Formats: sequence, structure tokens, C-alpha cells
Amino acid sequence: MQAMTSSNDVKAPSGAVLVCGAGVAGIQASLDLSAAGFHVYLVEDKPAVGGGMTRLDKTFPTGDCATCIISPKLVECMRDPNIEVLTLADVVKLEGEPGNFTATVHQRPRYVDISKCTACGDCSKVCPVKIKSEFDAQLGTRKAIDRVYAQAAPNAYVIMKGPGLCIECMRCVKACKAGAIDHDQVEKTLELHVGAVVLTPGFDAFDASQRGEFGFNHAKNVLTNVQFERMLSASGPTQGHILRPSDKKTPKRLAFIQCVGSRDTGCGNDYCSSVCCMAATKESILAKEHEPDLDITIFFLDLRAYGKDFERYYERAKNEKGVRYVRSFISRTYEMPDTKNVVLKYFGSDLKQVEEEFDMVVLSLGLEPSSALLNQAQCIGIDLNQWGFAKTEELKPLDTSRAGVFVGGVFQEPKDIPDTVMQASAAAARAMALLAPARGSQMTTKSYPPERDVTDEPPRIGVFVCHCGSNIASVVDVERVVEYAKHLPNVVYAEHTVYTCADDSQGRMKENIVEHRLNRVVVASCTPRSHEPIFRDTLRGAGLNPYLLEMANIREQCSWVHSGDAEKATQKACELVRMITGRIAESRPLKDETVPVNNAALIVGGGIAGMTAALALAEQGFPVHLVEKSGALGGTARRIYQTLDKADVQAFLKDTIARVDANPNISVYLNASVAEVEGHIGSFSSKITFNGTVRKVDHGVVVVATGATEHAPQSYGYGKNGKVLTQLELSERLGRNELSLPGKATVVMIQCVEQRNEERPYCSRVCCTTAVKNALQLRERYPNARIMVLYRDIRTYGFREAAYREAREKGVLFIRYEPEKAPELMQNGRLRVYEPALGKSLEVSPDMIVLAAPMIPRADRGELSDLLRVPLNADGFFLEAHVKLRPVDFASEGLFLCGTAHAPKSMGETISQANAVAGRAASILSRRAMPISGQVAWVDPDKCISCMTCVHVCPYHAPSIGRNNKAEIQAAVCMGCGSCTAECPAKAIELRHYLDNQILRALDHLLAGHSTEEIVEGDYLEQVGIAQQRFHKGLE
Amino acid sequence: MDNSPVILAFCCHYCAYAAADLAGTMRLQYPGSVRVLRLPCTGKIEVNYLLAAFERGVDGVIVAGCLEGGCHFQEGNLRARRRVERAKQLLKEIGIEPERLEMFNLSSAEGTRFAEIVSEMNQRIAALGPSPLRHSPEHVEHAIEELRENAEKAIAGEQK
Repeated sequence: MQAMTSSNDVKAPSGAVLVCGAGVAGIQASLDLSAAGFHVYLVEDKPAVGGGMTRLDKTFPTGDCATCIISPKLVECMRDPNIEVLTLADVVKLEGEPGNFTATVHQRPRYVDISKCTACGDCSKVCPVKIKSEFDAQLGTRKAIDRVYAQAAPNAYVIMKGPGLCIECMRCVKACKAGAIDHDQVEKTLELHVGAVVLTPGFDAFDASQRGEFGFNHAKNVLTNVQFERMLSASGPTQGHILRPSDKKTPKRLAFIQCVGSRDTGCGNDYCSSVCCMAATKESILAKEHEPDLDITIFFLDLRAYGKDFERYYERAKNEKGVRYVRSFISRTYEMPDTKNVVLKYFGSDLKQVEEEFDMVVLSLGLEPSSALLNQAQCIGIDLNQWGFAKTEELKPLDTSRAGVFVGGVFQEPKDIPDTVMQASAAAARAMALLAPARGSQMTTKSYPPERDVTDEPPRIGVFVCHCGSNIASVVDVERVVEYAKHLPNVVYAEHTVYTCADDSQGRMKENIVEHRLNRVVVASCTPRSHEPIFRDTLRGAGLNPYLLEMANIREQCSWVHSGDAEKATQKACELVRMITGRIAESRPLKDETVPVNNAALIVGGGIAGMTAALALAEQGFPVHLVEKSGALGGTARRIYQTLDKADVQAFLKDTIARVDANPNISVYLNASVAEVEGHIGSFSSKITFNGTVRKVDHGVVVVATGATEHAPQSYGYGKNGKVLTQLELSERLGRNELSLPGKATVVMIQCVEQRNEERPYCSRVCCTTAVKNALQLRERYPNARIMVLYRDIRTYGFREAAYREAREKGVLFIRYEPEKAPELMQNGRLRVYEPALGKSLEVSPDMIVLAAPMIPRADRGELSDLLRVPLNADGFFLEAHVKLRPVDFASEGLFLCGTAHAPKSMGETISQANAVAGRAASILSRRAMPISGQVAWVDPDKCISCMTCVHVCPYHAPSIGRNNKAEIQAAVCMGCGSCTAECPAKAIELRHYLDNQILRALDHLLAGHSTEEIVEGDYLEQVGIAQQRFHKGLE
Repeated sequence: MDNSPVILAFCCHYCAYAAADLAGTMRLQYPGSVRVLRLPCTGKIEVNYLLAAFERGVDGVIVAGCLEGGCHFQEGNLRARRRVERAKQLLKEIGIEPERLEMFNLSSAEGTRFAEIVSEMNQRIAALGPSPLRHSPEHVEHAIEELRENAEKAIAGEQK
């Protein structure tokens, strides 16, 4: 092996990737990489993965519960055989070059053996050391040996050692029946050979004590937003109750102070943290839901509700929930000695000082890189920007200064969760492109014995009851449960084990399956949400179909919640086992089928988004059909000449088009449109019409990258008055040098024209930055010009804030207006604007008026939406599968979206999102076949009355009326929710693994054995598996 | 087996079942009358299941799904709510108190809420008393015994 590589002199790249940081970004990048055929080392410096998101209660703007949406990802990540999670670990050195890096990783001791720990919690129970919980931001307590949080993954305990922490009393060692605790563990050094590195290390919150004027650490009732978020969480230290720390009473008046450690030159953080305005808005809405009588005030500078659907959310908080927004900065905070109330001093709207008393104050802390992170960046050898974040360029947002090292998430720039997830997939795609030749070279696949055919056997059930150390056995009499189980119908074997999930127990389970010819297994232990995959795997290892497993949850739903009444808990455990044995007797083996995958992509739209996605996929070796409506590639970017960081957009565009044209994997269709799309994930067939001809193409995924356009304003005489143009037109004229203004010209820019109003209740995100960029360029060319920007909120989020400051320093005037008193262009050509702080109107004679016109969706969006059967939102932009965690996927599998077709965004963000599409799509295109769950719906054609109910009900368009005019469900599209089965008026649809018989037999066993009537006639055996040809009387 | 109420809880996998798990992790204590049956989504709930449970003598039924707008399968929980309302009407028609059946929405982080829901329903059912269709515990045991004998015959038949 060695000889081969050295003789060749070119080393093959490694098929493994190092991902640093296991927050939502690192997890997403790891899942994408693993799904696309790469081995992943996921390194996290904390004892658990999940990052900042696990501490949130809910997320904006949808109000989705953070735990609900991230938990499935944590579980998926932990059980992926190709993701090696290394917690408590740091990268200390990175040597080598792209394709062949050697990373040195130090892993600190956990003092608990993850492979033995069953997370039963016996250790924590006996631990005498209580410490403040870092996870709960010091509000709650934990033990020196504990889990980081209830749903922590890996699901194992950890000992905190150091001053004031573990006292090494060794009680935990005695309590642990699994023998998992090892106080003598030492730091380990690992050397990992990887081809690329993805950096997703996240952020730290700003240290509130650095801004003492806000009273943190002095006034008891001043909290950080992290603490408040924990307080809101139902599983947090106050179980979701908002309580003042001083007296544990519910506050009546609550204030948020924005921009603490953001937009602040004093502490060096003169950038905007991008998320705090919306986070405070969300926390206010949640707080109002918890305590409807609470008065909430948010003190802010500019309300930056710039993302998709953020503006509506802000309006809802203001108008529906009655949250008071005050545009002012707090100058002083002090605590009333008797009531511990907090008094805030600020300038009111009339420029008079106001003092206002609040019961509780929340500081919206900025996001910044932690010092540990700065260290790690140095070890990895990448350049940082002036604020300590990874240095990137607008047009190369994913590439660090070191080749082969990519970045995503907040470490690139402060951003919200969807942008983070998007960028993580994008960074993963960059690594995939680099290592494409090594795809699949380091994948682990597990092999199983052939599956035993049990279809003709009557059920022979084995019941395995778990003690879970003392977690179950100390309350539930497990021996009695075993004896009871032995006497249940179809049960031929029952036993109890200390830890059923331990390796040796699973080995014995396999032996018992063989010895007693078991064909159904019930495990009575903990929750199937964490352990079902483990035991299903055990069954497969014993040659049984994994769907022949059921679990009775006698820990979370029995011993833990009825610990006070052992008798009742034991009885309940018996009943739960009885119910589940009823269900499992009706369980049938199911085959997880596959559908073949065509590895080509169809991309609709040839702008920056479409071309970037095309290149990112083609570089991974996938064929791409790129369909562009107009006669040339480039889209809106053809009208843009410079980015905020002064990159030449036209040169970039020219180069991108040349790369697209030169890439043998990309077929470009100009003046073309998609006429027909059929099929499903992995196997689509479409017709493209171009130059009067029609071409049929087969492909595995579809990407919508159709962009947006600038609205032509109806106001300020636009179109009639030659002095009035839009920001995009100004960019164009500046770029082409087609602007001629007098030296002392007066230029007035008006922001938010015909947007953020009733007709278009959204923000176009880019206009403030474009205005600042254009103003700076004008300033350079016309040093004596008077440049004014009339704005409502300046939304220069992230590092764009620095340009906003620069513009102010260079004399660009920013004048705020209120929408009720919008700037007015008078007959005499003068412009009047009312300045609310001065309480006066100003008048100028502009030589040029520049309008920030809204970005609007393309006129033909409806046709594409109908053609692909993908939804649009209320504003006409395409609607992604999940606003937070699936920002580039459509709800229907195999369809993706990127660029401004999704929502207004900058060029850099478009490039990120387009790469993200490639990262996500590769998980499909890199396979020969796509696995499909056996848990799908199936239509009995004999019963189907072709009423189309299922077609209308299914959110994923899985059912359609097929041959014989009967409904058919495409198994590859079905998500297995069962909505169609319940709505079908003819009862013609069954959801596999949740058959009526399974549910009703469970009820029979639980309640009375009342009914033995046959609910579904016939045998199911013929229908095992999916989408097979079936015998159908009368029609065949 | 005693004669305390039996409440069946149909829980969706992603939110309600997870909330029940969290109630356990938090070691909250709630009445032991509840038996959880997991479904992929409350959208799978059929009126038939609800009626079948009452027919078999259950005293109360909880249907617990994700928060409205937060369904992992888009709108399964909204459909479930409509079906629960329908089943309530039918219960009323046959003289069973419709209050014995209730739909709840909660997120997976609301372990406390799950415990509250169980306590709330337990109290409600206790006040209503046993279902008129309730079987005696002896009947239950007898029925199970019968099922077991049938199963044994089947297994014995197979072995021959």
C-alpha cells in the first residue's frame, strides 16, 4: 500500500472529513457528509452535542419547539455508523494539505465509559456535590456527575472535576451497576487522517459583566437572554415559569435591552449580532403566552427583522401581543434597594430623559467567538477577521484562508439557525467536491445474517424485561412482570436482565431468539425513541425482521413517574407489556425497499444560484441539466458590479459562466423552460422545451433557482421623472460609469419604498446594505456631494454594520422617517421629510432620488409551483420544508430550492444556499439506490372508490390515481404519517406497522380482550413489502 | 387487578410521546391510570380507534399531538382535532359523556404539561366514575386467559 502511493507520488485523497463543533451546524454538516458517502469525525469540546440550540425554548418566527426539532437530528447523528462523535475534544494541530490532512485531537477525560454508561442516573442520585448548571446559565443546579441536559447526546453522564466540583468520594463508583465510572481516565491524544475540515464551532454569548452599566451581577433581577430562554423552557430551571430571581415572583413589567455587546465600538464588537432583535421579539411573544398580563418593553436601536417572515412576526408582537418597542439606548441602570426593581434611564422620543421602573430586565447579548475558539483557529491555521471570526469573502463565503478548510455557521458571521444550517450543508458540499474521488472509500457498512422467513409461523413472542440498574427494578417488581408475561397469549419466553441494552445482554437475546425460535420480541425497558434502533439492530443480527420488535416503556412512563406506588407501577408495567404483546402478535415483517437513483440534477434558473449549484454538483461528478429562461446565463447579477467588500462581480460572473460552459458534466439549455416533470425522489423524468424542440431528461433531483426581480415602484414619479431611479439601477450606473452629477449634488435615497407595508409586509433584506454600498461609492466619486439616506430601520446585519458606520463617518446623512409620515416629493421638485426626533420637517432639492424598491418573486412562479407541486408562501416566494432545519429542501423529497426564489438575500448568502443544495442533493445522487422505509401506506384497490381524498390529504403528494383508476401510493414519497389512512372513507388504506389490527389488538389486550371480531379481512401476507404487483380480482 | 380508572393516551411520536418521556426524565409524578399508545402522528387517529377504545371499556381517552402549526407532518394534528370532535358527538349520541375524550397539543419540551394533562384527565374521569361499558377485572383476566388458550392451541398445532 505504502509502496503504491509513494511510487505514484500523488496520494489519493482521504474519504474522511473532520467536523469541528457539534452544534446544529456541525450535526447538519456531518449528516450530509455521511449520507453522501464520507466518514466523519465530529469533534466537540463540550460533553454533549447539540450546541446553543438545545438551550432554546422555541424558535422564531414559527414558534417551533427547539428540542422537538433538534432531538431527531441528535439521535440520527449518534446512531450513524459513519459519524464518530468525539466529545470533550479539541483540535490542537492540523498538518498536511487539502485531501490529506493529519489532525491531532486532544480528548479530555469524561471519567465515564460511554460504551458502558446506560444513563440510568444512579450515580447522580448518590453524588453529594451540587453545582450550578452551565447549561441552565447558572440558574439551575446539577450534580458533579450528571448529564449536560435531559436529552443530552451521547446519552451518558460526565464528571466535572476541578475546584469546587467532584470531591472523589467514589459513591458514584459504588452506585454504578454497569461499572462505567473510571476516575483514573486521562487525556487521550488522537491522530486523525482526513481529507478536509469543516469548521462549525459556533459562538459564545458576550460577557454581560463587561457592560456594568446594565446592572448585570449587581442588580438581582437583571438577567441575560440566555438565562431568560432557559427560564421560558418547560424543562428549564423554573419549569417554564417567569420568576424574578430576587423573590421568585412573577414580574409585571419586563424590559429587554438590545445590542449589549453588539454594534458597540467600546467593547470592540462593532458588528451586529443579527439574531437578537428577533430573539427578543420571540422571547416577548413567549413570555406573553406564559403571562398574558405582563407588560413588555424592548429598547432597541434599529429593529432588524430582515429575514423570511420576520417582519410579520415583529408586527404581530407589536400589534397583537402589545409588546412596546422603544427606540432608545439605555444610559443607566440602577436597582431599587427595597423592591429590587430595576430603573432604566433613557432618552424618550421627545429627547427628554426618562426614568422608568421595571420588575425584571433581560439583556440581549451579542454573539462572539469564545477565547477557546480563537485558540483552536490558531491551531488549525486560518486567518481571522478583525472581530475574531473566520475570515471569508462575500463571493467565497465558505472558504477559509487555508485550502481544504471550510467554514459554516456563526463562526463565519453571526446568523440565525436556518442560515447556519444552510451554510453547514454548503461547507459540507465544498468538502464533498474536494474529496469526490474518495467518496465511499472509508464507509462502514454492517452486514447481517439472512432474514428468517416467519410469515407462516404463528407468533412466538419473547419478552425481555429490563431492570435499568435500579431505575426500573427499584420500583417495578420485574420478576413479577416476567411471570405475568409468561402467561400472556403467544408468549413463549420471558426473562429479566440488569441492562437489556448492554452488549452481553443483546448477545444473549440473539441466542434466545434462536433457541426458542422467537419470531416476535418485546423489550420492556425505556423509551423506543432512543432504544428502538438498538434493539431493531439486535433483531437483524439474529436474522429477524426489525419490524418484529416492540417496546413497552416501563421506565419513562412507569417507574420514573409512579415511584411512590410500587404496587401500582408493577401492575401498570404488566398491563403495558400485555398491551404491547397484543400489538406485536399482529406485526408483520416489512421490507425496507430501495428505489434506483438517477444521478443527474435538473436545475431551473441560470443565475448565480443555479450556476453555483450546478458547479457544486458537477464538481462532485454529477451530470446537471441547467435550464435558463432567457438567452444568457447570469440573472440579476448581470446588473451588479461590486460587492460591499469591493469584489468585482462582473469578473466573478464571467468566470462562473466560463466554468459552467467548460464543465463537461453541465448541459446548459438557454431560452428554455421545463414543460413536464414526473416521478419522485431519485427518479424523475422531465421535458425541457428550448428553441422549439423538446428534450426528455431523466434525473434524480430538482432544484428551483429561479431568482427574484426588482419591483418597479409606482411612487415618487418613478418612470416619469428622470431624476428618480432604483438602487439596482444606481448600482448599474455606478458600475458602468454612466452617472453624471454636479460636484455638489444632493442625492437622496429613500428606503423601504412600497415594502414593509400592507401590500408587501416583508423586508427585502438587501436594500439597506445596497444603499450603504452605493452611498460609499458615490462619496468616493463625489466627495462634495450631499448624500442622505431616509430610512425606517437600518438593517445592516452582521459585519455590514461596519460599512454603515463607515458611511456615517464619511458624512453620509442618515435620517429616519416614520411610515405614517413618509418622505414626500412635492410639485416643485423639492423633497420633504419629517424627522421624528427633531419633531421638524426638512426640505431638500435633490439632484437624484434613489428608491429602495422591494425584491419581488418572479411573475411565472405560479406555473413552476404547479408543475413541481411545491408551495409558495403568502409573499409568493417558494416555501421550504421546514423554516428552521430544512431551509433548502422542499417538503417533497428530492426537490430543493436556493437563491432569491426562496426569499430576498445577498449574493454571498445565495452562493452559500446554492452550495447547500449540492450538499443535500449529494445524499441522494451519490447512491445507486435510495432506501425507503417499510412503514408506508398501501391502498387496497378492491376497496378504493377513487374519491381522491387521499390525494388531497397527503402533504407530500404520495398518492395519485393510477392504472385501473384506483389510488396508488408512491412508497418513495410516503412519509408514513397515516393521515390518508384515517381520512379514507372506504377504509381502503392501511399504514404498514400501524395496521388497524395492530392498534385494535393492543386495545383488546389492554382493556378486555373484548373483541375478537375480524376488523380487516383476509391475510396480510401477500401484501408484505411495498409496491409489488398484487393479485387483484376482476381486473387482472 | 383493582378497579381504578384506565385512561388511554394516543401520543404522536415526535411531540407528545417525547413530552411523556421528558416527564419521566424529570421524575414528575402523575396518576398511574394512563396507558400510552404511540402513533407516528395524531393524523393517524381514526374515529374508529376512539370508539373501539370506549367499546372495550376504557374510562377516558387522551389524544395528544404537537402544538398547532408544529405538526411534523404538517397538519395531522388539525385533522385529529376534527376527528376527536366528531367522536365526541358520537359518544354523546350513545350516552357516554363526551368529556371522557379530549385532544391536547403540547411540544416535546413540555414534560410538565404532559403530567398536568394526565392529572387533569384523571380528575375529570374520577369525577365521572367508571365508564358504563367498563368490564370487571375478572372479565379482563378471563378474556386474556381465553386468548392465551387459543394462542397455545395455534402454537401446539404448528409444532405437530
